[in-house]
Amino acid sequence: MTDVSRRHFLQLGAATASALPFLRALPAHAQSGDVLVAVNGQTINSLDLHRTGTNRPSYQVAINCYDRLVSFGTKPSMGGGLEFDYSKVEPELAESWTVSDDGLILTFTLRDATFQDGSPVTAADVKWSFDRAVSLGGFPAVQMKAGGFTRPDQFAALDDKTFQITLDAPSKLAIPDLAVPIPFVINSKLAMANATDDDPWATEYLHLNTIGSGAFKVARWVPGEQLIYERNNDWASGPVPAYKRVVIREVPSAATRRAVIERGDAQISFNIPSKDALEMSDKMEVNSTPIANCINCVGLNTKFEPFQDSDVRKAVAYAIPYEAIFQAAAFGRGAPLWGEETERSEIAWPRRTGYVEDLDLARAHLAKSGYPDGFEVPFSISLNQLDWMEPTALLIQENLAKIGITVTIDKIPGADWRTASLVEKRLAFHLEGFGGWLDTPDYYFFWAYKDGHLFNSSNYRNDEIETLVDNTLHIPVDDPAYAPNVKRMFEIALDELPRIPLWQPALNVALNGASDYEFWFHRQLDVRPIKPA
Amino acid sequence: MRARLVGARLLQAIPVVIGVVVITFVLTRALPGDPAVYFAGDAADEASIQQVREQLGLDAPLPQQFIRYVGDLLRGDWGNSLSTGQPVLSDLARRLPASLELTLIALLLSCAIAIPLGVMAATRPGSWRDHLCRVLVTAGVSLPTFFTGILLIYVFYYLLDIAPSPLGRLDFLYIEPAPVTGFYLIDSALAGDWDTFGGAARQLVLPAITMAIFTLAPIARMTRAAMLQALSSDFIRTARAAGLPRGRIVYGYALRNALLPVVTTLGMVFSFALGANVLVEKVFAWPGIGSYAVDALVASDYAAVQGFVLAMALLFVTLNLIIDLLYAVIDPRIGFDAT
Repeated sequence: MTDVSRRHFLQLGAATASALPFLRALPAHAQSGDVLVAVNGQTINSLDLHRTGTNRPSYQVAINCYDRLVSFGTKPSMGGGLEFDYSKVEPELAESWTVSDDGLILTFTLRDATFQDGSPVTAADVKWSFDRAVSLGGFPAVQMKAGGFTRPDQFAALDDKTFQITLDAPSKLAIPDLAVPIPFVINSKLAMANATDDDPWATEYLHLNTIGSGAFKVARWVPGEQLIYERNNDWASGPVPAYKRVVIREVPSAATRRAVIERGDAQISFNIPSKDALEMSDKMEVNSTPIANCINCVGLNTKFEPFQDSDVRKAVAYAIPYEAIFQAAAFGRGAPLWGEETERSEIAWPRRTGYVEDLDLARAHLAKSGYPDGFEVPFSISLNQLDWMEPTALLIQENLAKIGITVTIDKIPGADWRTASLVEKRLAFHLEGFGGWLDTPDYYFFWAYKDGHLFNSSNYRNDEIETLVDNTLHIPVDDPAYAPNVKRMFEIALDELPRIPLWQPALNVALNGASDYEFWFHRQLDVRPIKPA
Repeated sequence: MRARLVGARLLQAIPVVIGVVVITFVLTRALPGDPAVYFAGDAADEASIQQVREQLGLDAPLPQQFIRYVGDLLRGDWGNSLSTGQPVLSDLARRLPASLELTLIALLLSCAIAIPLGVMAATRPGSWRDHLCRVLVTAGVSLPTFFTGILLIYVFYYLLDIAPSPLGRLDFLYIEPAPVTGFYLIDSALAGDWDTFGGAARQLVLPAITMAIFTLAPIARMTRAAMLQALSSDFIRTARAAGLPRGRIVYGYALRNALLPVVTTLGMVFSFALGANVLVEKVFAWPGIGSYAVDALVASDYAAVQGFVLAMALLFVTLNLIIDLLYAVIDPRIGFDAT
């Protein structure tokens, strides 16, 4: 965080300075195109994504203030506006790149870009930043590993403009994994000047300062209150953003956020409740983009005996009131995943499951199973996600009672939820909402259906899935084996049903006085393309 | 003489503070949830969770963690909050004044209404004034603060547009005054920056009214009860018989005697309000200490929870001392050493 004195701040914009003391000037001024005000409900807790304990809302700083080597293109979204296009990898800091014939060596040529202190971006900076991303551990290291990047010796700066990555095995996930927020490029000279023996990666300095070549820098950050971005007029990796300054205000109460965006004192309200999205959509632009590769589903834990019976799992799947849940929990925002798949291609994911609410079929399956008289089971939901979990749980409870399965709802404190559901995997019957950043079905299966993997909260294991995922994860999507493998995964998963998909949730964003919002897989606000309406 | 007694009083607080340190340490460890899992991030695996656990020092046995915690405390290091990424001490230094400023203004407002209201009701019990007092008090206490808050925002900001946007302590056009006390009103006045003073004052109006409505009831009720008692006592009858002017009797003798229980109530209301204004803070995006504590609890953020409880304990030790001193000021019969 730069220490901004009042005087300095006033100098930031001469035009702004004259309007500063007058409150009445605010709305008119904000709409004039200099300042964008965005409100959201979450706290940004660090400016450094690589640091231990950095939370999800903080990822937006890495996106807006730093460059990555590559990015994705965009395409029109069914939820309104634009969304990222996983199939189109586009240059960001790298001007161009080549992949060796064996797919092992990726060579990037950097464009002429400068950091915000004026020094040029070199391949050595990229190397240092990538070393940092794989060395600090925690989530960044896990995400880097998904692309095949695990050790610093895989990265090399050949000369000032050429950066090379050597992979242990070719993978289709390698280049897309360079477009996620993690491998951002840091000014290594400035960072090293602020590193200490105890802190060789300068985590304390980067925690408070943004030293990148990105479109913005953080001019001011008061945790729990606000974060102010200031535009970098020399940004080389994309068109200069329309707004000079962007104020991200933290407003915990959803009702207050709604009042502020409706009055036009804020131009963007990020991640609003589905109910507000539904009600506000006739007054202003509301984008509800189904989140790529993300599914809200019911988990049936194989450790719980009745769920080892295939007929019990099918009985549950036919007893779920899908449409009622979609309306009550998501207010119709997102994409339904029940019934027969007709629109999407055979390998599209998330896809409709083929299951519908049919209590007679459910009863028939239960009668065939080892538990014809039903059983009792606790259904666990998280106190932190009651907005969608509670209505879903109640509706499922009601319908399962009709076929003889007694469900008690067990609310688990937010801090304990991850431990119980994902780490210890001890919840018999629960809800889960994993979404994969990299948008291929095999990547989803890798995390959610492979034995022992984090989001496999059902303790599911199927030897064929294990082999299929291992064989498919790294082969290109145009490989002849890819489509048949993926189809087979779907077949097994939808027949065995360790997870019953309900719907694909949406990210709701309201805009009042701003436009050109883009949805990104990381589910954070990318302020770079936003323009005044 | 009094300074020595204050010193003795402070010494008595030491065991209290030690007790608070031990209890909060044990209680936070008993919270559900594993901070290492929580803070390792969304896709962290077993190995990276373990790594985070080691970095947080949570792999050490509890007594060892406790010794490290106390050692850090003695050096003035209250630890780092994981959920805000800042040192707990600097978080508290910023958030405690925010809560205190709001609570004090709200209480001033509340007293300015409640005490005259209580006096009015007590001097004419059973009259329409008394009923008015009862209605106001019942209404105030029965409206939940978040409801009053949202209602005020809806009417005065959303519909009438006479209140500023409910976005915390200052609209973003103002620069926060250089921190001296952390109270924006005082700091901006010290800096002679009346624009910011005005801005901060405007932001305070709605949340302060919300809290004042809620805290009105106990103060007004206590004033009324204490006044009724005082007015029926012998010395008032004597004063009346002696033909002293009415104002002198009510305000000079009765109110002064009735103030003791009111001040006690005020102390209780203050402590209660400081902790209970979480909902007001959330609705008005007020960066106060209540919402800080709740967020820290939800995230099992040990250092922040411990810091909060410790700060509150210290605050109440001070508050009790001030109230005891006030007793002696209000009622000279009460010697400090007698309390």
